[in-house]
Amino acid sequence: MQWDSLSAFWDMGGAAAFVWGSYGVTFALVALEFFLVRRRRLDTVRRLLRWRRAVGKEKKERAA
Amino acid sequence: MLNTFVAVLRRDLLLAWRGRADVLVTLAFFVIVVCLFPFGVGAEPNQLRAIAPGVLWVAVLLSCLLSMHRLFAQDHADGTLEQLLLSSEPAVVWVGAKVLAFWLSTGLPVVVVAPGLALLLDLEQGALPVLVVSLLLGTPILALLGAVGAALTLGVRGGGMLLALLVLPLFVPVLIFGAGAVEAELSGTGAVAHLLLLGGGCAGALALAPWACAASLRISME
Amino acid sequence: MTAAERAPRASLFRFAAPQTFYPLAGRLAPWFAAAALVLTLAGMWLGFFVAPTDATQGEVYRVIFIHVPAAWMSMFIYLVMAFWSAVGLVMNTRLSFVMSQALAPTGAMFCFVALWTGALWGRPTWGAYWVWDARLTSQLLLLFLYLGFIALTRAIEDPRRADRAGAMIALVGAVNVPIIYFSVKWWNTLHQGASVSLTKAPSMASTMLAGMLVMAFAAWAYTLAVTLWRVRPMILERERHTEWVGAVLEAEGARAGGGR
Repeated sequence: MQWDSLSAFWDMGGAAAFVWGSYGVTFALVALEFFLVRRRRLDTVRRLLRWRRAVGKEKKERAA
Repeated sequence: MLNTFVAVLRRDLLLAWRGRADVLVTLAFFVIVVCLFPFGVGAEPNQLRAIAPGVLWVAVLLSCLLSMHRLFAQDHADGTLEQLLLSSEPAVVWVGAKVLAFWLSTGLPVVVVAPGLALLLDLEQGALPVLVVSLLLGTPILALLGAVGAALTLGVRGGGMLLALLVLPLFVPVLIFGAGAVEAELSGTGAVAHLLLLGGGCAGALALAPWACAASLRISME
Repeated sequence: MTAAERAPRASLFRFAAPQTFYPLAGRLAPWFAAAALVLTLAGMWLGFFVAPTDATQGEVYRVIFIHVPAAWMSMFIYLVMAFWSAVGLVMNTRLSFVMSQALAPTGAMFCFVALWTGALWGRPTWGAYWVWDARLTSQLLLLFLYLGFIALTRAIEDPRRADRAGAMIALVGAVNVPIIYFSVKWWNTLHQGASVSLTKAPSMASTMLAGMLVMAFAAWAYTLAVTLWRVRPMILERERHTEWVGAVLEAEGARAGGGR
Protein backbone atom coordinates (compact mmCIF):
# COMPACT_ATOMS: atom_id res chain seq x y z
CA MET A 1 0.00 0.00 0.00
CA GLN A 2 1.38 3.40 -0.96
CA TRP A 3 -0.74 5.67 1.15
CA ASP A 4 -0.13 6.31 4.84
CA SER A 5 -3.51 7.89 5.37
CA LEU A 6 -6.67 8.89 3.58
CA SER A 7 -5.56 12.51 3.46
CA ALA A 8 -2.29 11.48 1.81
CA PHE A 9 -4.35 9.65 -0.78
CA TRP A 10 -6.48 12.70 -1.48
CA ASP A 11 -3.42 14.91 -1.64
CA MET A 12 -1.74 12.78 -4.35
CA GLY A 13 1.71 14.03 -3.49
CA GLY A 14 0.61 17.63 -3.97
CA ALA A 15 -0.87 17.02 -7.40
CA ALA A 16 -4.44 16.60 -6.22
CA ALA A 17 -5.93 19.21 -8.55
CA PHE A 18 -4.36 17.65 -11.63
CA VAL A 19 -5.09 14.02 -10.87
CA TRP A 20 -8.57 14.49 -9.46
CA GLY A 21 -9.36 17.13 -12.08
CA SER A 22 -8.61 14.56 -14.77
CA TYR A 23 -10.60 11.75 -13.21
CA GLY A 24 -13.45 14.03 -12.18
CA VAL A 25 -14.01 15.52 -15.62
CA THR A 26 -13.68 12.13 -17.29
CA PHE A 27 -16.27 10.48 -15.09
CA ALA A 28 -18.55 13.51 -15.28
CA LEU A 29 -18.46 13.27 -19.09
CA VAL A 30 -19.09 9.53 -19.01
CA ALA A 31 -22.06 10.06 -16.71
CA LEU A 32 -23.34 12.87 -18.91
CA GLU A 33 -23.07 10.74 -22.04
CA PHE A 34 -24.81 7.86 -20.32
CA PHE A 35 -27.61 10.17 -19.23
CA LEU A 36 -27.98 11.75 -22.70
CA VAL A 37 -28.14 8.36 -24.41
CA ARG A 38 -30.81 7.20 -21.99
CA ARG A 39 -32.84 10.35 -22.45
CA ARG A 40 -32.59 10.13 -26.20
CA ARG A 41 -33.95 6.61 -26.09
CA LEU A 42 -36.93 7.56 -23.91
CA ASP A 43 -37.63 10.63 -26.06
CA THR A 44 -37.54 8.62 -29.26
CA VAL A 45 -39.85 5.93 -27.97
CA ARG A 46 -42.32 8.51 -26.68
CA ARG A 47 -42.25 10.55 -29.90
CA LEU A 48 -42.61 7.54 -32.17
CA LEU A 49 -45.48 6.18 -30.08
CA ARG A 50 -47.30 9.48 -30.45
CA TRP A 51 -46.56 9.53 -34.17
CA ARG A 52 -47.80 5.97 -34.55
CA ARG A 53 -51.06 6.68 -32.75
CA ALA A 54 -51.62 9.82 -34.82
CA VAL A 55 -51.08 7.86 -38.02
CA GLY A 56 -53.31 5.01 -36.81
CA LYS A 57 -56.11 7.41 -35.94
CA GLU A 58 -55.88 9.08 -39.32
CA LYS A 59 -56.15 5.73 -41.04
CA LYS A 60 -59.20 4.78 -38.99
CA GLU A 61 -60.89 8.09 -39.73
CA ARG A 62 -60.25 7.70 -43.40
CA ALA A 63 -61.69 4.20 -43.34
CA ALA A 64 -64.84 5.35 -41.49
CA MET B 1 -13.83 12.87 -73.03
CA LEU B 2 -11.29 15.55 -73.71
CA ASN B 3 -14.00 17.49 -75.49
CA THR B 4 -16.15 17.47 -72.38
CA PHE B 5 -13.21 18.53 -70.29
CA VAL B 6 -12.38 21.45 -72.55
CA ALA B 7 -16.02 22.47 -72.98
CA VAL B 8 -16.69 22.56 -69.23
CA LEU B 9 -13.39 24.31 -68.59
CA ARG B 10 -14.15 27.00 -71.16
CA ARG B 11 -17.68 27.46 -69.93
CA ASP B 12 -16.59 27.83 -66.30
CA LEU B 13 -13.77 30.19 -67.19
CA LEU B 14 -16.19 32.30 -69.20
CA LEU B 15 -18.61 32.37 -66.28
CA ALA B 16 -15.78 33.34 -63.96
CA TRP B 17 -14.79 36.12 -66.34
CA ARG B 18 -18.37 37.43 -66.43
CA GLY B 19 -18.53 37.33 -62.66
CA ARG B 20 -15.07 38.76 -62.15
CA ALA B 21 -16.27 40.96 -59.34
CA ASP B 22 -16.39 37.83 -57.16
CA VAL B 23 -12.77 37.06 -57.93
CA LEU B 24 -11.81 40.63 -57.11
CA VAL B 25 -13.61 40.39 -53.79
CA THR B 26 -11.61 37.25 -52.96
CA LEU B 27 -8.39 39.04 -53.86
CA ALA B 28 -9.35 42.09 -51.81
CA PHE B 29 -10.11 39.82 -48.87
CA PHE B 30 -6.69 38.22 -49.21
CA VAL B 31 -4.95 41.60 -49.30
CA ILE B 32 -6.89 42.96 -46.33
CA VAL B 33 -6.30 39.92 -44.15
CA VAL B 34 -2.56 40.19 -44.73
CA CYS B 35 -2.63 43.95 -44.09
CA LEU B 36 -4.42 43.46 -40.77
CA PHE B 37 -1.51 41.62 -39.20
CA PRO B 38 0.86 44.58 -38.81
CA PHE B 39 -1.93 46.38 -36.92
CA GLY B 40 -2.36 43.38 -34.67
CA VAL B 41 1.23 42.41 -33.93
CA GLY B 42 2.99 45.73 -34.51
CA ALA B 43 4.97 46.99 -37.48
CA GLU B 44 8.38 45.90 -36.23
CA PRO B 45 10.07 44.65 -39.45
CA ASN B 46 11.92 41.80 -37.75
CA GLN B 47 8.75 40.44 -36.29
CA LEU B 48 6.83 40.82 -39.54
CA ARG B 49 9.59 39.06 -41.42
CA ALA B 50 9.43 36.18 -38.97
CA ILE B 51 5.69 35.64 -39.31
CA ALA B 52 5.38 36.52 -43.02
CA PRO B 53 5.32 32.96 -44.46
CA GLY B 54 2.71 31.80 -42.00
CA VAL B 55 0.55 34.91 -42.39
CA LEU B 56 0.58 34.70 -46.18
CA TRP B 57 -0.27 31.03 -46.17
CA VAL B 58 -3.07 31.38 -43.64
CA ALA B 59 -4.51 34.27 -45.68
CA VAL B 60 -4.36 32.16 -48.86
CA LEU B 61 -6.10 29.35 -47.07
CA LEU B 62 -8.88 31.59 -45.78
CA SER B 63 -9.51 33.33 -49.06
CA CYS B 64 -9.61 29.97 -50.83
CA LEU B 65 -12.13 28.76 -48.25
CA LEU B 66 -14.21 31.90 -48.68
CA SER B 67 -14.69 31.33 -52.39
CA MET B 68 -15.03 27.55 -52.17
CA HIS B 69 -18.79 27.43 -51.74
CA ARG B 70 -19.18 29.16 -55.13
CA LEU B 71 -17.69 26.16 -56.90
CA PHE B 72 -20.94 24.22 -57.32
CA ALA B 73 -23.55 26.60 -55.89
CA GLN B 74 -24.45 28.32 -59.17
CA ASP B 75 -24.70 25.08 -61.14
CA HIS B 76 -26.71 23.56 -58.34
CA ALA B 77 -29.17 26.44 -58.35
CA ASP B 78 -29.83 26.47 -62.10
CA GLY B 79 -29.95 22.70 -62.54
CA THR B 80 -26.77 22.39 -64.62
CA LEU B 81 -25.28 20.05 -62.06
CA GLU B 82 -28.17 17.62 -62.37
CA GLN B 83 -27.84 17.61 -66.17
CA LEU B 84 -24.11 16.97 -65.91
CA LEU B 85 -24.67 14.08 -63.52
CA LEU B 86 -27.26 12.59 -65.88
CA SER B 87 -24.98 12.87 -68.89
CA SER B 88 -23.11 9.81 -70.09
CA GLU B 89 -19.70 11.39 -69.57
CA PRO B 90 -17.77 10.14 -66.54
CA ALA B 91 -18.31 12.63 -63.73
CA VAL B 92 -14.59 12.72 -62.89
CA VAL B 93 -13.87 14.46 -66.18
CA TRP B 94 -16.12 17.47 -65.74
CA VAL B 95 -15.47 17.63 -61.99
CA GLY B 96 -11.77 17.88 -62.82
CA ALA B 97 -12.50 20.60 -65.38
CA LYS B 98 -14.58 22.56 -62.90
CA VAL B 99 -11.93 22.38 -60.20
CA LEU B 100 -9.25 23.41 -62.67
CA ALA B 101 -11.35 26.36 -63.81
CA PHE B 102 -11.94 27.29 -60.18
CA TRP B 103 -8.24 27.15 -59.44
CA LEU B 104 -7.36 29.19 -62.52
CA SER B 105 -9.91 31.86 -61.64
CA THR B 106 -9.37 32.14 -57.87
CA GLY B 107 -6.20 30.28 -56.92
CA LEU B 108 -3.93 31.66 -59.58
CA PRO B 109 -4.74 35.37 -59.00
CA VAL B 110 -3.94 34.89 -55.32
CA VAL B 111 -0.62 33.31 -56.23
CA VAL B 112 0.15 36.24 -58.50
CA VAL B 113 -0.63 38.84 -55.83
CA ALA B 114 1.16 37.03 -53.00
CA PRO B 115 4.75 38.15 -53.81
CA GLY B 116 3.65 41.78 -53.72
CA LEU B 117 2.14 41.29 -50.29
CA ALA B 118 5.26 39.45 -49.18
CA LEU B 119 7.17 42.68 -49.81
CA LEU B 120 4.75 44.52 -47.51
CA LEU B 121 5.74 42.10 -44.78
CA ASP B 122 9.41 42.62 -45.61
CA LEU B 123 9.98 39.02 -46.65
CA GLU B 124 13.45 38.57 -48.12
CA GLN B 125 13.32 38.76 -51.89
CA GLY B 126 15.39 35.62 -52.25
CA ALA B 127 12.53 33.64 -50.74
CA LEU B 128 9.90 34.94 -53.16
CA PRO B 129 10.39 32.22 -55.81
CA VAL B 130 9.99 29.54 -53.15
CA LEU B 131 6.84 31.25 -51.92
CA VAL B 132 5.39 31.28 -55.43
CA VAL B 133 6.32 27.66 -56.11
CA SER B 134 4.91 26.51 -52.77
CA LEU B 135 1.67 28.35 -53.53
CA LEU B 136 1.55 26.91 -57.05
CA LEU B 137 1.88 23.40 -55.63
CA GLY B 138 -0.28 23.97 -52.56
CA THR B 139 -3.32 25.88 -53.81
CA PRO B 140 -4.42 23.07 -56.17
CA ILE B 141 -4.53 20.77 -53.13
CA LEU B 142 -6.69 23.31 -51.33
CA ALA B 143 -9.01 23.55 -54.33
CA LEU B 144 -9.26 19.77 -54.72
CA LEU B 145 -9.91 19.04 -51.04
CA GLY B 146 -12.25 22.00 -50.78
CA ALA B 147 -14.20 20.72 -53.77
CA VAL B 148 -15.00 17.51 -51.88
CA GLY B 149 -16.22 19.55 -48.92
CA ALA B 150 -18.21 21.89 -51.17
CA ALA B 151 -19.84 18.90 -52.87
CA LEU B 152 -20.84 17.37 -49.53
CA THR B 153 -22.27 20.58 -48.08
CA LEU B 154 -24.13 21.53 -51.26
CA GLY B 155 -27.42 23.20 -50.35
CA VAL B 156 -27.08 22.42 -46.64
CA ARG B 157 -28.16 25.18 -44.27
CA GLY B 158 -25.18 26.84 -42.61
CA GLY B 159 -23.08 25.28 -45.36
CA GLY B 160 -20.32 27.88 -45.27
CA MET B 161 -19.34 27.35 -41.65
CA LEU B 162 -19.78 23.63 -42.02
CA LEU B 163 -17.46 23.62 -45.02
CA ALA B 164 -14.83 25.42 -42.95
CA LEU B 165 -15.14 22.91 -40.13
CA LEU B 166 -14.86 20.01 -42.58
CA VAL B 167 -11.90 21.11 -44.64
CA LEU B 168 -9.73 23.28 -42.39
CA PRO B 169 -8.31 20.30 -40.46
CA LEU B 170 -7.50 18.69 -43.80
CA PHE B 171 -5.70 21.84 -44.92
CA VAL B 172 -3.23 21.68 -42.02
CA PRO B 173 -0.58 19.56 -43.79
CA VAL B 174 -0.64 21.96 -46.76
CA LEU B 175 -0.18 24.89 -44.41
CA ILE B 176 2.69 23.16 -42.62
CA PHE B 177 4.61 22.31 -45.76
CA GLY B 178 3.74 25.50 -47.62
CA ALA B 179 4.77 27.92 -44.90
CA GLY B 180 7.55 25.51 -43.92
CA ALA B 181 9.06 25.68 -47.40
CA VAL B 182 9.43 29.46 -47.19
CA GLU B 183 10.79 29.31 -43.66
CA ALA B 184 13.27 26.61 -44.60
CA GLU B 185 14.48 28.75 -47.48
CA LEU B 186 14.91 31.70 -45.14
CA SER B 187 16.79 29.68 -42.55
CA GLY B 188 19.10 28.31 -45.24
CA THR B 189 18.22 24.63 -44.86
CA GLY B 190 16.73 24.52 -48.34
CA ALA B 191 13.10 24.16 -49.32
CA VAL B 192 13.44 21.17 -51.64
CA ALA B 193 12.13 18.57 -49.20
CA HIS B 194 9.07 20.65 -48.38
CA LEU B 195 8.35 21.37 -52.01
CA LEU B 196 8.72 17.72 -52.95
CA LEU B 197 6.27 16.74 -50.23
CA LEU B 198 3.85 19.42 -51.43
CA GLY B 199 4.23 18.11 -54.97
CA GLY B 200 3.56 14.59 -53.75
CA GLY B 201 0.47 15.81 -51.91
CA CYS B 202 -0.65 17.61 -55.05
CA ALA B 203 -0.25 14.44 -57.13
CA GLY B 204 -2.08 12.39 -54.53
CA ALA B 205 -4.93 14.90 -54.33
CA LEU B 206 -5.14 14.99 -58.13
CA ALA B 207 -5.41 11.23 -58.24
CA LEU B 208 -7.99 10.79 -55.47
CA ALA B 209 -9.97 13.98 -54.93
CA PRO B 210 -11.85 14.16 -58.28
CA TRP B 211 -13.28 10.69 -57.66
CA ALA B 212 -14.22 11.55 -54.09
CA CYS B 213 -15.73 14.80 -55.32
CA ALA B 214 -17.77 13.09 -58.05
CA ALA B 215 -19.04 10.52 -55.56
CA SER B 216 -19.91 13.29 -53.10
CA LEU B 217 -21.83 15.19 -55.75
CA ARG B 218 -23.81 12.08 -56.52
CA ILE B 219 -24.58 11.63 -52.82
CA SER B 220 -25.74 15.23 -52.53
CA MET B 221 -27.89 15.24 -55.65
CA GLU B 222 -29.73 11.96 -55.15
CA MET C 1 -31.89 -6.30 -45.01
CA THR C 2 -33.07 -8.05 -48.11
CA ALA C 3 -30.02 -10.26 -48.05
CA ALA C 4 -30.96 -11.44 -44.58
CA GLU C 5 -34.52 -12.13 -45.62
CA ARG C 6 -33.38 -14.19 -48.53
CA ALA C 7 -30.83 -16.22 -46.62
CA PRO C 8 -31.82 -16.47 -42.97
CA ARG C 9 -29.32 -19.25 -42.41
CA ALA C 10 -26.28 -17.12 -43.20
CA SER C 11 -25.90 -16.53 -39.48
CA LEU C 12 -23.42 -13.65 -39.58
CA PHE C 13 -25.41 -11.55 -42.00
CA ARG C 14 -28.55 -12.18 -40.02
CA PHE C 15 -27.47 -9.55 -37.53
CA ALA C 16 -27.08 -7.01 -40.29
CA ALA C 17 -30.88 -6.88 -40.37
CA PRO C 18 -32.21 -4.16 -38.06
CA GLN C 19 -34.96 -6.29 -36.55
CA THR C 20 -32.50 -8.95 -35.40
CA PHE C 21 -29.85 -6.47 -34.39
CA TYR C 22 -32.17 -4.31 -32.28
CA PRO C 23 -32.98 -6.94 -29.61
CA LEU C 24 -29.43 -8.29 -29.75
CA ALA C 25 -28.04 -4.83 -29.01
CA GLY C 26 -30.51 -4.45 -26.15
CA ARG C 27 -29.42 -7.76 -24.67
CA LEU C 28 -25.68 -7.19 -25.04
CA ALA C 29 -25.39 -3.56 -23.92
CA PRO C 30 -26.01 -4.11 -20.17
CA TRP C 31 -23.36 -6.82 -20.08
CA PHE C 32 -20.81 -4.55 -21.67
CA ALA C 33 -21.78 -1.77 -19.28
CA ALA C 34 -21.33 -4.11 -16.31
CA ALA C 35 -17.97 -5.24 -17.68
CA ALA C 36 -16.94 -1.60 -18.09
CA LEU C 37 -17.85 -0.86 -14.48
CA VAL C 38 -15.98 -3.87 -13.10
CA LEU C 39 -12.94 -3.23 -15.27
CA THR C 40 -12.88 0.46 -14.31
CA LEU C 41 -12.96 -0.40 -10.61
CA ALA C 42 -10.21 -2.99 -11.09
CA GLY C 43 -8.13 -0.61 -13.17
CA MET C 44 -8.49 2.21 -10.65
CA TRP C 45 -7.53 -0.13 -7.84
CA LEU C 46 -4.44 -1.22 -9.79
CA GLY C 47 -3.68 2.36 -10.70
CA PHE C 48 -4.04 3.94 -7.30
CA PHE C 49 -3.14 1.19 -4.84
CA VAL C 50 -0.88 -1.30 -6.60
CA ALA C 51 1.14 0.74 -9.09
CA PRO C 52 4.11 2.38 -7.35
CA THR C 53 4.90 6.09 -7.29
CA ASP C 54 6.81 7.14 -10.38
CA ALA C 55 10.45 7.92 -9.63
CA THR C 56 10.62 11.11 -11.71
CA GLN C 57 7.05 12.37 -11.92
CA GLY C 58 5.69 11.51 -8.49
CA GLU C 59 1.98 10.87 -8.20
CA VAL C 60 0.85 13.00 -11.16
CA TYR C 61 1.60 10.24 -13.58
CA ARG C 62 -1.52 8.43 -12.33
CA VAL C 63 -3.41 10.45 -14.93
CA ILE C 64 -1.93 7.99 -17.42
CA PHE C 65 -4.57 5.40 -16.52
CA ILE C 66 -7.23 7.43 -18.26
CA HIS C 67 -5.13 9.56 -20.59
CA VAL C 68 -3.57 6.77 -22.63
CA PRO C 69 -6.67 4.55 -22.90
CA ALA C 70 -8.73 7.59 -23.95
CA ALA C 71 -6.19 8.54 -26.61
CA TRP C 72 -6.04 4.98 -27.93
CA MET C 73 -9.80 4.71 -27.94
CA SER C 74 -10.33 8.02 -29.76
CA MET C 75 -8.04 6.91 -32.59
CA PHE C 76 -9.41 3.40 -32.71
CA ILE C 77 -13.02 4.61 -32.82
CA TYR C 78 -12.22 6.83 -35.81
CA LEU C 79 -10.81 3.82 -37.64
CA VAL C 80 -13.89 1.75 -36.81
CA MET C 81 -16.09 4.62 -37.96
CA ALA C 82 -14.24 4.78 -41.26
CA PHE C 83 -14.50 1.01 -41.56
CA TRP C 84 -18.28 1.03 -41.10
CA SER C 85 -18.55 3.96 -43.50
CA ALA C 86 -16.66 2.04 -46.17
CA VAL C 87 -18.80 -1.05 -45.57
CA GLY C 88 -21.91 1.08 -45.85
CA LEU C 89 -20.84 2.73 -49.09
CA VAL C 90 -19.70 -0.51 -50.70
CA MET C 91 -22.33 -2.97 -49.49
CA ASN C 92 -25.13 -0.45 -49.11
CA THR C 93 -26.07 -1.67 -45.63
CA ARG C 94 -27.94 0.99 -43.70
CA LEU C 95 -27.00 -0.42 -40.34
CA SER C 96 -23.30 0.33 -40.96
CA PHE C 97 -24.02 4.03 -41.38
CA VAL C 98 -26.01 4.00 -38.16
CA MET C 99 -23.09 2.31 -36.41
CA SER C 100 -20.58 4.90 -37.56
CA GLN C 101 -22.85 7.75 -36.51
CA ALA C 102 -23.48 6.16 -33.12
CA LEU C 103 -19.73 5.82 -32.54
CA ALA C 104 -18.84 9.41 -33.34
CA PRO C 105 -19.98 11.19 -30.13
CA THR C 106 -18.17 8.67 -27.93
CA GLY C 107 -15.05 9.04 -30.06
CA ALA C 108 -15.22 12.80 -29.73
CA MET C 109 -15.73 12.44 -25.98
CA PHE C 110 -12.61 10.27 -25.60
CA CYS C 111 -10.71 12.69 -27.81
CA PHE C 112 -11.64 15.57 -25.51
CA VAL C 113 -10.79 13.50 -22.42
CA ALA C 114 -7.36 12.72 -23.87
CA LEU C 115 -6.75 16.43 -24.48
CA TRP C 116 -8.07 17.51 -21.10
CA THR C 117 -6.08 14.96 -19.13
CA GLY C 118 -3.05 15.68 -21.29
CA ALA C 119 -3.28 19.35 -20.38
CA LEU C 120 -3.64 18.61 -16.67
CA TRP C 121 -0.76 16.18 -16.82
CA GLY C 122 1.36 18.59 -18.81
CA ARG C 123 1.11 21.50 -16.36
CA PRO C 124 3.07 19.87 -13.50
CA THR C 125 5.43 17.86 -15.74
CA TRP C 126 6.36 20.35 -18.48
CA GLY C 127 5.18 23.52 -16.78
CA ALA C 128 2.55 24.30 -19.42
CA TYR C 129 -1.03 23.19 -19.99
CA TRP C 130 -0.47 23.03 -23.67
CA VAL C 131 2.58 22.51 -25.82
CA TRP C 132 2.37 22.18 -29.57
CA ASP C 133 3.65 18.67 -29.41
CA ALA C 134 3.00 16.36 -32.35
CA ARG C 135 0.80 14.00 -30.41
CA LEU C 136 -1.28 16.69 -28.72
CA THR C 137 -1.69 18.60 -31.97
CA SER C 138 -2.81 15.63 -34.00
CA GLN C 139 -5.19 14.70 -31.20
CA LEU C 140 -6.67 18.20 -31.46
CA LEU C 141 -7.06 17.86 -35.22
CA LEU C 142 -8.71 14.48 -34.70
CA LEU C 143 -11.23 16.21 -32.45
CA PHE C 144 -11.95 18.67 -35.28
CA LEU C 145 -12.46 15.76 -37.67
CA TYR C 146 -14.94 14.22 -35.24
CA LEU C 147 -16.78 17.52 -34.85
CA GLY C 148 -16.93 17.97 -38.63
CA PHE C 149 -18.40 14.50 -39.07
CA ILE C 150 -21.00 15.05 -36.36
CA ALA C 151 -21.90 18.52 -37.63
CA LEU C 152 -22.29 17.29 -41.22
CA THR C 153 -24.49 14.32 -40.36
CA ARG C 154 -26.66 16.49 -38.10
CA ALA C 155 -26.99 19.34 -40.62
CA ILE C 156 -28.36 17.22 -43.48
CA GLU C 157 -32.00 16.44 -42.98
CA ASP C 158 -32.47 13.64 -45.48
CA PRO C 159 -31.13 10.58 -43.60
CA ARG C 160 -30.04 8.78 -46.74
CA ARG C 161 -27.92 11.71 -47.86
CA ALA C 162 -26.66 12.34 -44.31
CA ASP C 163 -25.52 8.71 -44.09
CA ARG C 164 -23.57 8.80 -47.29
CA ALA C 165 -22.13 12.28 -46.90
CA GLY C 166 -20.96 11.40 -43.38
CA ALA C 167 -19.42 8.18 -44.62
CA MET C 168 -17.61 10.07 -47.36
CA ILE C 169 -16.12 12.63 -45.00
CA ALA C 170 -15.15 9.88 -42.54
CA LEU C 171 -13.25 8.13 -45.31
CA VAL C 172 -11.59 11.33 -46.52
CA GLY C 173 -10.61 12.02 -42.92
CA ALA C 174 -9.24 8.51 -42.44
CA VAL C 175 -7.05 8.88 -45.53
CA ASN C 176 -5.82 12.21 -44.16
CA VAL C 177 -5.16 11.16 -40.57
CA PRO C 178 -1.76 9.57 -41.30
CA ILE C 179 -0.81 12.55 -43.48
CA ILE C 180 -1.83 14.97 -40.74
CA TYR C 181 0.07 12.99 -38.12
CA PHE C 182 3.19 12.80 -40.26
CA SER C 183 3.11 16.48 -41.21
CA VAL C 184 2.51 17.62 -37.64
CA LYS C 185 5.40 15.46 -36.48
CA TRP C 186 7.69 16.93 -39.13
CA TRP C 187 6.60 20.47 -38.25
CA ASN C 188 7.09 19.74 -34.56
CA THR C 189 10.64 18.43 -34.89
CA LEU C 190 11.58 21.50 -36.91
CA HIS C 191 10.11 23.97 -34.47
CA GLN C 192 10.77 22.49 -31.09
CA GLY C 193 13.72 20.21 -31.38
CA ALA C 194 14.16 17.93 -28.42
CA SER C 195 13.45 20.57 -25.79
CA VAL C 196 10.39 18.71 -24.62
CA SER C 197 10.98 15.03 -24.48
CA LEU C 198 7.76 13.13 -24.27
CA THR C 199 9.14 9.64 -24.41
CA LYS C 200 7.85 7.61 -21.53
CA ALA C 201 10.26 6.19 -19.02
CA PRO C 202 11.67 3.08 -20.64
CA SER C 203 11.20 0.94 -17.58
CA MET C 204 7.52 1.20 -16.86
CA ALA C 205 6.54 -0.89 -13.86
CA SER C 206 4.52 -3.87 -14.96
CA THR C 207 1.74 -2.95 -12.56
CA MET C 208 1.46 0.45 -14.26
CA LEU C 209 1.14 -1.25 -17.63
CA ALA C 210 -1.41 -3.68 -16.21
CA GLY C 211 -3.51 -0.83 -14.83
CA MET C 212 -3.38 0.96 -18.16
CA LEU C 213 -4.42 -2.14 -20.11
CA VAL C 214 -7.30 -2.89 -17.75
CA MET C 215 -8.51 0.70 -18.13
CA ALA C 216 -8.21 0.36 -21.90
CA PHE C 217 -10.43 -2.72 -21.81
CA ALA C 218 -12.86 -0.78 -19.65
CA ALA C 219 -12.96 1.95 -22.30
CA TRP C 220 -13.66 -0.70 -24.95
CA ALA C 221 -16.52 -2.20 -22.99
CA TYR C 222 -17.94 1.25 -22.25
CA THR C 223 -17.77 2.25 -25.92
CA LEU C 224 -19.55 -0.94 -26.98
CA ALA C 225 -22.29 -0.46 -24.39
CA VAL C 226 -22.95 3.20 -25.16
CA THR C 227 -22.81 2.65 -28.92
CA LEU C 228 -25.26 -0.23 -28.80
CA TRP C 229 -27.58 1.86 -26.65
CA ARG C 230 -27.29 4.75 -29.03
CA VAL C 231 -27.91 2.58 -32.07
CA ARG C 232 -31.23 1.30 -30.76
CA PRO C 233 -33.33 4.49 -30.92
CA MET C 234 -31.66 5.34 -34.23
CA ILE C 235 -32.87 2.04 -35.65
CA LEU C 236 -36.39 2.65 -34.33
CA GLU C 237 -36.42 6.08 -35.92
CA ARG C 238 -35.37 4.81 -39.32
CA GLU C 239 -37.54 1.69 -39.34
CA ARG C 240 -40.61 3.37 -37.87
CA HIS C 241 -42.82 2.37 -40.79
CA THR C 242 -42.25 -1.35 -40.25
CA GLU C 243 -44.41 -3.81 -38.38
CA TRP C 244 -41.75 -4.94 -35.94
CA VAL C 245 -41.00 -1.41 -34.74
CA GLY C 246 -44.71 -0.96 -34.12
CA ALA C 247 -44.70 -4.05 -31.93
CA VAL C 248 -41.57 -2.88 -30.07
CA LEU C 249 -43.09 0.55 -29.50
CA GLU C 250 -46.34 -0.87 -28.15
CA ALA C 251 -44.40 -3.13 -25.79
CA GLU C 252 -42.28 -0.19 -24.60
CA GLY C 253 -45.36 1.97 -24.18
CA ALA C 254 -47.07 -0.69 -22.10
CA ARG C 255 -43.98 -1.08 -19.94
CA ALA C 256 -43.74 2.65 -19.36
CA GLY C 257 -47.10 2.45 -17.57
CA GLY C 258 -49.92 2.55 -20.07
CA GLY C 259 -48.08 5.28 -21.91
CA ARG C 260 -49.69 8.32 -23.34
